[in-house]
Amino acid sequence: MTVKYWEEEIETLPRVGLESIQLRRLQHLVARVYKTVAPYRTKMDEAGVKPEDIQSLADLQKLPFTVKNDLRDNYPFGLFTVPLDEVVRIHASSGTTGKPTVVGYTRKDIELWAGIMARALCCAGATREDMVQNAYGYGLFTGGLGAHYGIERLGATVIPVSGGNSKRQITLMRDFKSTVLLSTPSYALNLADAMDSMDIDPSSLSLRVGIFGAEPWSENMREEVERKLNLRAVDIYGLSEVMGPGVAQECLHSNMGMHIFEDHFLPEIIDPDTGEILPPGEQGELVFTTLTKEAFPIIRYRTKDISRLIYEQCACGRTLVRMEKVTGRTDDMLIIRGVNVFPSQVEHVLMGVEGVEPHYQIVVEREGNLDTMTVQVEVSEGLFSDEIRVLENLTRKIQAEVKSLLGVTCKVKLVEPKTIQRSEGKAQRVIDNRKI
Amino acid sequence: MRVEQIAVFLENKSGRLAEIMTILADANINIRALSVADTADFGILRLIVNDVEKAREVLMNGGFTVGKTSVLAVEVADEVGGLATVLKAIHKAGLNVEYMYAFVNKSGENAVLIFRFEKMDEAIASLQKDGFTLLSGEQICAL
Repeated sequence: MTVKYWEEEIETLPRVGLESIQLRRLQHLVARVYKTVAPYRTKMDEAGVKPEDIQSLADLQKLPFTVKNDLRDNYPFGLFTVPLDEVVRIHASSGTTGKPTVVGYTRKDIELWAGIMARALCCAGATREDMVQNAYGYGLFTGGLGAHYGIERLGATVIPVSGGNSKRQITLMRDFKSTVLLSTPSYALNLADAMDSMDIDPSSLSLRVGIFGAEPWSENMREEVERKLNLRAVDIYGLSEVMGPGVAQECLHSNMGMHIFEDHFLPEIIDPDTGEILPPGEQGELVFTTLTKEAFPIIRYRTKDISRLIYEQCACGRTLVRMEKVTGRTDDMLIIRGVNVFPSQVEHVLMGVEGVEPHYQIVVEREGNLDTMTVQVEVSEGLFSDEIRVLENLTRKIQAEVKSLLGVTCKVKLVEPKTIQRSEGKAQRVIDNRKI
Repeated sequence: MRVEQIAVFLENKSGRLAEIMTILADANINIRALSVADTADFGILRLIVNDVEKAREVLMNGGFTVGKTSVLAVEVADEVGGLATVLKAIHKAGLNVEYMYAFVNKSGENAVLIFRFEKMDEAIASLQKDGFTLLSGEQICAL
């Protein structure tokens, strides 16, 4: 297989050269952010670090971390470094734990992102000849539009079908001869099931590569997707705080991690408890600093994703470091069918329902290819009624509120008091029985 | 003329009903009438007992969720059409029944129909006006 690069010079640059680019960009970034964003300046002053203290890449660790709460505290635009008239697009998280996290892009950011995403697509083996079916959701979520502009930049043909409506997806796939599919891995498996029910043999389609992301998935799941959809499945990583899809991309030459586009996103692995930087190759929390973004750069953003950095050179020839598939989280966030769910959000819903006691548990299972979430609620006297209608209305109400707040359909199960296990310290709110 | 009834929340797990009955038996509580209403996920056990407060206490100590509600106990002759007469009267009065269950007195002469209405006071007035006999809790326990 001939390796194709989008920007060969950068993608195969020796580390020394790469690091010098990174340092120069980091210095510019820190100086700019210190000058233009008050919350960053305050934090740096408190930490006793000035922009001129950044003399080497190792000095990065002198800078304070940024966490999701910093984004919420400065909602909506407090961490933007440019006036709003220079911002041409906004994306945001669902904002279900309170305020959404809002990110913005200048025209140049959008251009840059499209280029990085084109690089990612190229890394996954896509070319301008491809017919790319983009089944990531379009909207405030970065997935759909982020990938869309990258596909166009690559020069491939994009089918902006967005998520859902599997039958139509498959009809388009067959009629337009889609060669590349972008979606969450669990949705890819749904599509496989839908093909089965439509009596469509995946080998009669033209699919060649699937680029799957936005939720964790295992090697087993990769094999299953590859077998059921008759394509090569690769992983993509991204998050709106850092940019969106395309922060890192797995190439076709390795099933061992995704290349991080380090000239734009500077990665670190830290000990989630102490914040100390861990030696190369060790597993810990992934932290990113954006080096080139204008409207919403971010310094040392703690992703809460657990990963590892792999510095050994990849068979594809790229010198860019790889990050291992995300194997977990440092917080209790669950990803249910591509939607981020914090137990605290479910708790928020439950506490809003009169009579509901604080004893609940979330049980997550994978049935077939679908994640299911069951919220078990202990029935207190305040909640109890001798009329079935009343109890059923209650479960329906909880279900509807969870759906409206989180966008996830859950099952609500009323259980007897004291049946949810009490623990000594922190309550175990989540039982995740999925084998990912 | 209301009768006190206790209701217990039950998960659909085997052995739970037996556990409740053992708790009540150990506390020397006599059950006069009962019904179990169930859904796919849970059930509600409704009981009329000779000592409501004690039954409530022992079940709550046993870790169950217990509620107390009042119901009406209508006595009808244990003969063909007995229930139909009451239901016809209820329908005519436009009363909404939340739930009902029935038991037959051991002498075999009378049947007792337990009703929970949405509007209890209206139901009492209406049934009494139509000449039905409403039993008190003591009367049920004495049967």
